[in-house]
Amino acid sequence: MKNVLCAVAGAAALLISAPSIAQTTLTVATVNNGDMIRMQGLTSEFTAKNPDITVKWVTLEENVLRQRVTTDIATKGGQFDVLTIGTYEVPIWAKKNWLVPLDKLGADYDVNDLLPKIRDAVSVDGKLYAAPFYGESSMVMYRTDLFDKAGLKMPDSPTWDFVVDAAKKLTDKSAGVYGICLRGKAGWGENMAFLTAMANSYGARWFDEKWEPQFNSPEWKKTLTTYVDLMKQAGPPGASSNGFNENLALFNAGKCAMWIDATVAASFVTNPAQSTVAGKVGFALAPNTGLGKNANWLWAWSLAIPAGSKKVDAAEKFIAWATSKDYSKLVASKEGWSNVPPGTRASLYQNPEYLKAAPFAKMTLASIDAADPSHPTVKPVPYVGVQYAAIPEFQGIGTQVGQQFSAALSGSTTVDAALSAAQSATEREMKRAGYIK
Amino acid sequence: MARMVTTQRKVISTAAAWLVGFLIFFPILWMVLASFKTELEAFAIPPSFLFFHWTTENYVTVQERSDYFHHALNSIIIAGGSTLIAMLIAIPAAWSMAFSPTKRTKDVLLWMLSTKMMPPVGVLVPIYLIFRNFGLLDTRSGLIFILCLGNLPIVIWMLFTYFKEIPKDILEAARMDGATIGRELIYVLTPMAVPGLASTMLLNLILAWNEAFWTLNLSTLEAAPLTVFIASYSSPEGLFWAKLSAASTLAIAPILVLGWFSQRQLVRGLTFGAVK
Repeated sequence: MKNVLCAVAGAAALLISAPSIAQTTLTVATVNNGDMIRMQGLTSEFTAKNPDITVKWVTLEENVLRQRVTTDIATKGGQFDVLTIGTYEVPIWAKKNWLVPLDKLGADYDVNDLLPKIRDAVSVDGKLYAAPFYGESSMVMYRTDLFDKAGLKMPDSPTWDFVVDAAKKLTDKSAGVYGICLRGKAGWGENMAFLTAMANSYGARWFDEKWEPQFNSPEWKKTLTTYVDLMKQAGPPGASSNGFNENLALFNAGKCAMWIDATVAASFVTNPAQSTVAGKVGFALAPNTGLGKNANWLWAWSLAIPAGSKKVDAAEKFIAWATSKDYSKLVASKEGWSNVPPGTRASLYQNPEYLKAAPFAKMTLASIDAADPSHPTVKPVPYVGVQYAAIPEFQGIGTQVGQQFSAALSGSTTVDAALSAAQSATEREMKRAGYIK
Repeated sequence: MARMVTTQRKVISTAAAWLVGFLIFFPILWMVLASFKTELEAFAIPPSFLFFHWTTENYVTVQERSDYFHHALNSIIIAGGSTLIAMLIAIPAAWSMAFSPTKRTKDVLLWMLSTKMMPPVGVLVPIYLIFRNFGLLDTRSGLIFILCLGNLPIVIWMLFTYFKEIPKDILEAARMDGATIGRELIYVLTPMAVPGLASTMLLNLILAWNEAFWTLNLSTLEAAPLTVFIASYSSPEGLFWAKLSAASTLAIAPILVLGWFSQRQLVRGLTFGAVK
């Protein structure tokens, strides 16, 4: 009995002495990319300044995260307080009133410092619905040593003709070196991100002003024929299953003379701890055909708050911290300037220390500036988005079309058959969704 | 001469069996090896098989970044709990259908199996809403419930086929001797069905352990099992193959050990009734 009394007294004492600050726990959903993992590691810096907030992390693979977060937000499940989403989701979700507009990021947040293209991509009607954490475009990464050896010089803004020609010259299959590595794995965010951006540079578009699919146009045929022929002659074997990571592995192992992909890859290929070709990489804008559009995309992983969240204030505090200028300085002081999340703030590209530490900075900024989500291609389009059309149906359609194009690359179907299958599948889906009759 | 042929044949078939076994095991072996490599060595072309710089840093990083034991405990509770409940429901169900079949027994069995034919994503939103309204999101009990439901058809079918193999006459003899239903179940049926019960339990445990749709979609932090732990190491932009391998090796370790110790039961159960 005495023991019980002691225990009760002890428990009561503990309760009384517990801190009186009410704790808010934020659940942050994110993807397993290097910059996010770094942010996870630096969370203690945020909680030290905000002792009333605890941050918990849910890290998931990109597609799992997209499905998980979409289900939760559509059903108002309330499992997450801060979401990591891309530029594709922001306009769609904001229009459905699924996101809280971010208008209380604080006086010193300096929202005008955000790169205009990136800011537009995460805003709807001038209101910011997500704060960009890191932004990216795509560009050409090439091996300076192989180019020198072949007597070639990469221009800052190459044409497709030059890239195709150089890729063929640089291919040395006996030495296991391939002229060019490009995405081939089917998926709206995989091969279709690259191919849609490439098609823009050839003047092709997904839909005309009346939402009619355009895969039967000569521009698409030119795009896909060039891509398939180029990869057959100068690409690595089994390219139809290569995505970002597979190509990164090939490039880092010295197997590719050129690689056109996300600008964030630049920090990986120039990092000697990851890459065997670290000191021999040059950068150029994604190729064009002289029509005024380059084959580069625009994307920003951004932090947003789901509507209906009961912890908006704490969540907004966290987002303001993670996407601030001070956060860049914090990362720089702990891990060096080259590890600062790129592509969101103009001030970063004026910082001499960053420019010195990141040889790819100039080209990253030029690539981001060269992409225009509102006018992605030569002809007018009814949609927003460079490498996607920001409509809910696009994920499904994009993946179906991606499967056709991946099959054309692997040789199990022809370019013509793939285009006509893409056209009929897209027509069917657009009719079903009510865009066309 | 005849003897020589037999020996030769034995050698060949043993070698062939080892080869097939090795081929099946190779991906797991490769994963374990990759987990001891540095990230740079993990994607090196050509890959190194054994002669690389062995390191345990991936395991240290994985444990630092995410709490393995929290996820492992959740996996054990969820897989174990759903298996036990499924067995408690399935044994009487299979027993009644095997020993007192009616005209509709076959239809009932087929109907149960048909529920497995629908892709789970088709009912994701309704299930998510039910879970939200009952406060079951991110709870172990919720996951135990859904995994139990998902595996019940298979468990009942397996047990039904095992029970069918047991001669009815033996049960009748027991009844003639005055055994009650309870005694008949415990003293007569169970000892004969042990291999079948054991292998059903094991299979159910493995299915629940590996289930990666509901566990990923219905859990967040508190109830997250090892499938969520692995998914957090898969990256769209960045090469973390060594860390992913380390996380996967840790995730399959418990079930691999369990399978190793119970393989005799498993094989006996799976071939039970195959040869009469």
